[in-house]
Amino acid sequence: MSIEAKEEFRPKIVAFCCNWCSYAGADLAGSSRLGYPADVKIIRVPCSCRVNPMFVLRAFEKGADGVILCGCHPGDCHYSTGNYYTRRRMKLLFSMLDYIGVENGRTRVEWVSAAEGVKFSTTMNEFVAKIHSLGKNVRLEDLRCKN
Amino acid sequence: MQRIGVFVCHCGSNIAATVDVKKVVEMALMEPGVVHAEDYPYMCSEAGQAKILEAIKTQGLTGIVVCSCSPRMHETTFRKAAERAGLNPYMVEIANIREHCSWIHKDTTEATKKAVILARAAIAKVNLNAPLQPGESRVTKRALIIGGGIAGIQTALDIADAGYEVDIVEQSPSIGGRMSQLDKTFPTLDCSACILTPKMVEANAHEKIHIYTYSEVEKVSGFVGDFTVDIRKKARSVDMDKCTGCGVCQEKCPSKKTPSEFNRGLNNRSAIYTPFAQAIPNVPVIDREACIKFKTGKCGLCEKVCQAGAIDYEQQDEIITEKYGAIVVATGFDVIKLDNYDEYAYSQSKDVITSLELERIMNAAGPTKGHLERLSDGRAPKEIVFVQCVGSRCADERGKSYCSKICCMYTAKHAMLIRDKYPDTHVTVFYIDVRTPGKNFDEFYRRAVEEYGVDYIKGQVGKVLPQPDGTLLVQGADLIDNHQVLIRADMVVLAAAIEPNPSVRGIATMLTASIDTNNFLTEAHPKLRPVESPTAGVFLSGVCQGPKDIPETVAQAGAAAVKAIGLLAKDKLTTNPCTAHSDELLCNGCSTCAHVCPYGAITYEDKQVNDHGIREVRRLAVVNSALCQGCGACTVACPSGAMDLKGFSNRQIIAEVDAICR
Repeated sequence: MSIEAKEEFRPKIVAFCCNWCSYAGADLAGSSRLGYPADVKIIRVPCSCRVNPMFVLRAFEKGADGVILCGCHPGDCHYSTGNYYTRRRMKLLFSMLDYIGVENGRTRVEWVSAAEGVKFSTTMNEFVAKIHSLGKNVRLEDLRCKN
Repeated sequence: MQRIGVFVCHCGSNIAATVDVKKVVEMALMEPGVVHAEDYPYMCSEAGQAKILEAIKTQGLTGIVVCSCSPRMHETTFRKAAERAGLNPYMVEIANIREHCSWIHKDTTEATKKAVILARAAIAKVNLNAPLQPGESRVTKRALIIGGGIAGIQTALDIADAGYEVDIVEQSPSIGGRMSQLDKTFPTLDCSACILTPKMVEANAHEKIHIYTYSEVEKVSGFVGDFTVDIRKKARSVDMDKCTGCGVCQEKCPSKKTPSEFNRGLNNRSAIYTPFAQAIPNVPVIDREACIKFKTGKCGLCEKVCQAGAIDYEQQDEIITEKYGAIVVATGFDVIKLDNYDEYAYSQSKDVITSLELERIMNAAGPTKGHLERLSDGRAPKEIVFVQCVGSRCADERGKSYCSKICCMYTAKHAMLIRDKYPDTHVTVFYIDVRTPGKNFDEFYRRAVEEYGVDYIKGQVGKVLPQPDGTLLVQGADLIDNHQVLIRADMVVLAAAIEPNPSVRGIATMLTASIDTNNFLTEAHPKLRPVESPTAGVFLSGVCQGPKDIPETVAQAGAAAVKAIGLLAKDKLTTNPCTAHSDELLCNGCSTCAHVCPYGAITYEDKQVNDHGIREVRRLAVVNSALCQGCGACTVACPSGAMDLKGFSNRQIIAEVDAICR
C-alpha cells in the first residue's frame, strides 16, 4: 500500500487589471523585479468596470481559487467614473459569493496606480497568502446549462 | 476557424533565461487554431518582424500571438508589422511573458508553466478576434497650457512659434510663476527677472498666444484632438481694456494689511494689487476679501483716483468655453508647509526662514529692498546657518521621500552671494549629501567652499532654539568628526522640500491624467515618453512631472511643445476602434447603458428590426463610436447582455478566463 504523495496546493488566481493604472503597475512591478507567486495570471481589461460579474463567476465555475480586480484609485479613473461602478458592483457580488460559500478572502478589489509597482507586488503576495490559508475553493456550477 | 501564428520572443536573455521558450512554442502548437509557432531572440527587431511577415504570407495566418514584453511597450510595433503583411492590426494579441512572468519569477519550471498559460489565454482570445476598423476624428489646432510659469511660457512660445494658437491659463494675477520670485539663478548667477521678464513680454505680445490670468480650468471634457474646456475667468474688478497700469490705485488703497503672496507673506500688500512691478498683465486685481468697499460698502477710493475709469466693482466671474487639440500641464511647485517641523522653530522665530523667503529678502524688489537683514529687528546677520533636506529624502510621513534636487545648488548660490556681498558674515551649511549633477554644478559648489569659505558640515540639525537675546542656538551633529556642533546663529535658512502645486490634483482628475503618490504627474513611459501623460493629448512640462531646475524645466517645456505640435500638425487622428456596440435583437431600449456612459456616447433611435421573422419598430441603443472611449461600463450595466465591447468582448474575456483556469 502506498501513500500517495500529497500534491502541493497551487491556487489558480485570476487578476483583472485595468489598462491604464493597474496593468501599468504590474508592468512596473515586473521591471522593478518585485516578485509575486506565479499563481497569479493577469487579464488586461480597458477599465475595471469592464469586468462583468459573470467573468468572476465564470472563473469560480472553472476552478479558480481567487479573483482579484485592480483599478485606478477612486477619482483617478481614466474614464472618470469606471472604478466607482466596479466598487459598487463587486461589493454586491462579493457579499453574494460569500453567502454561497466563496469566502470574502477569495475576492478582492484593489486600487493600484501606474506608479505603484511595490503595491502591486505586495497586494499579490498578500492575496496569494490569503488563498493559501483558505485552501482549495468550492467549485461553482452553472445549472442553467448542464452539458 | 482562425489560422494562428505564435511568436515567442527570447528578449535576449530577459525572457529566455527564466522561461523555456522552446517549451512555450511546443505547447502553443497544441492549442486549437495554432498552425505555426516559432521563437526568435528579438521579435521586435527588423529580422524578428520579418519572420512574422513571412509566416503571415506563407502560412496564410489570420491571427497572431506574440509572447514578449508588455503590450504597452510593443503592441503597436507588432500591429504595424501585421498590417504590413496585409493582416488587420487588431488580429494581434500580446502575451506578456516578460514583465508579468520572466522578470518576477525565478524558478524556470514555474515561469515556463505560467508563460504557457499566458500564451494559451492570448491564443484563446485571438481565436475570437475580429478585424476592426478605426474611425477618424478631427484635431482642433489650438493648445491649452495650464500654468504660466517659465515651463508654461516656454511651451506656449514654442507652440505659438510653430504657428498654432495657444491659450495660457494662470491662476494668479500675473504670469511668471516661481521663477519671478527668484533673485539670481545658479550656476551662472544671472538675474532671474532679467532672463524671465523678456519671455513674459514676448508671450504677452505674441499674436498666437492668449493669456488668461487670475483664471482657473473648471471643466474638461472630450479627448485627444478635441477637448472642450471651461475656463473660469475670475472677476478682477478692474477693466483690463481701460486700465493703464499707472499704479495710483495701489498707492491710495487704504487697506494695506494683507500678507503679500508674492513676497511669501514677509510684508503686506494693498487690497487692490499687482503681485510685482513687472507683472503681466500689468493690471491690478481687487482682493474682494480684503477690500473695504466689498466688506463694508464704503470706501471706493480706487474708483475715485482711477483716471481711466477702469475700476468695476460689479464685474462677475466669466466662464469661457474653448476647444483644444492638446493640453499641456505646467502647474509647477510650491515649498512644503513646515508646520510639522517644530524643531527648527520656523513658526516661533521670524529669523528662521525658508530659502524661497531668503530669495525675496535678497531681491532688490523684495520687502527689504535687497538688504540682508533679520526680519525681527532689522539687524544684519553675522552668522547664518543653512539646513538642507528639510522634508526631502525623509523616511517618515512628515516629509517627502524624494530628493527635491534643486536645494543643494540654490543653497550654494545663497551662501556664495551672501559671502560675496557681506564678507564679514559667516555661513555654515548642514547637509546630508551635496548633490551636484549638472553642467558646471560641482564647480559652482566647490567655488562656494574654496573661494568663498562657506563651512559645509555633513550632518543634520537636531534643534533650533530661539534665545532671549534674539539669537538662535543651532544644535547639530558633525558626522565626519563625530561630535556635537553648537552655533549661535542670527539667521537660519531651511531648504524646505518642494512639492507639486496643490491645484494639480484637481487638474489631473479633470484630465484623467495619472498622478503618483507624491502628486507628481505620471509620464507615459519613464524613459521613452517622459513629457507625455498616459492620457492621449495631455503633455507634461516642468516640475509638475518631478523636481527639476530651470534649464531642465525649459528643456522639458520645449520637448512638451514638440509633442503637442506633432499632434496639432495632424488634420485627423485615427480613433480607437475598441468601442461598444449594441446587439439590436437583444436591446430593449431601457436606457441603463446611457446612464453609466461618461461620454454621452449612447443615444436611442426607433429602428425597424427583424427579430426571427417578427418585423417591428423598437427603441434601440445606438453608440456613437466617435465619442465612445471603450471603457466598457455599459457592457456590464446592460441587463439584457446586448452591449459588448469590440476587442474586449464578453466571449474573448471569458475565453481568457477559461484558458487560465483550465
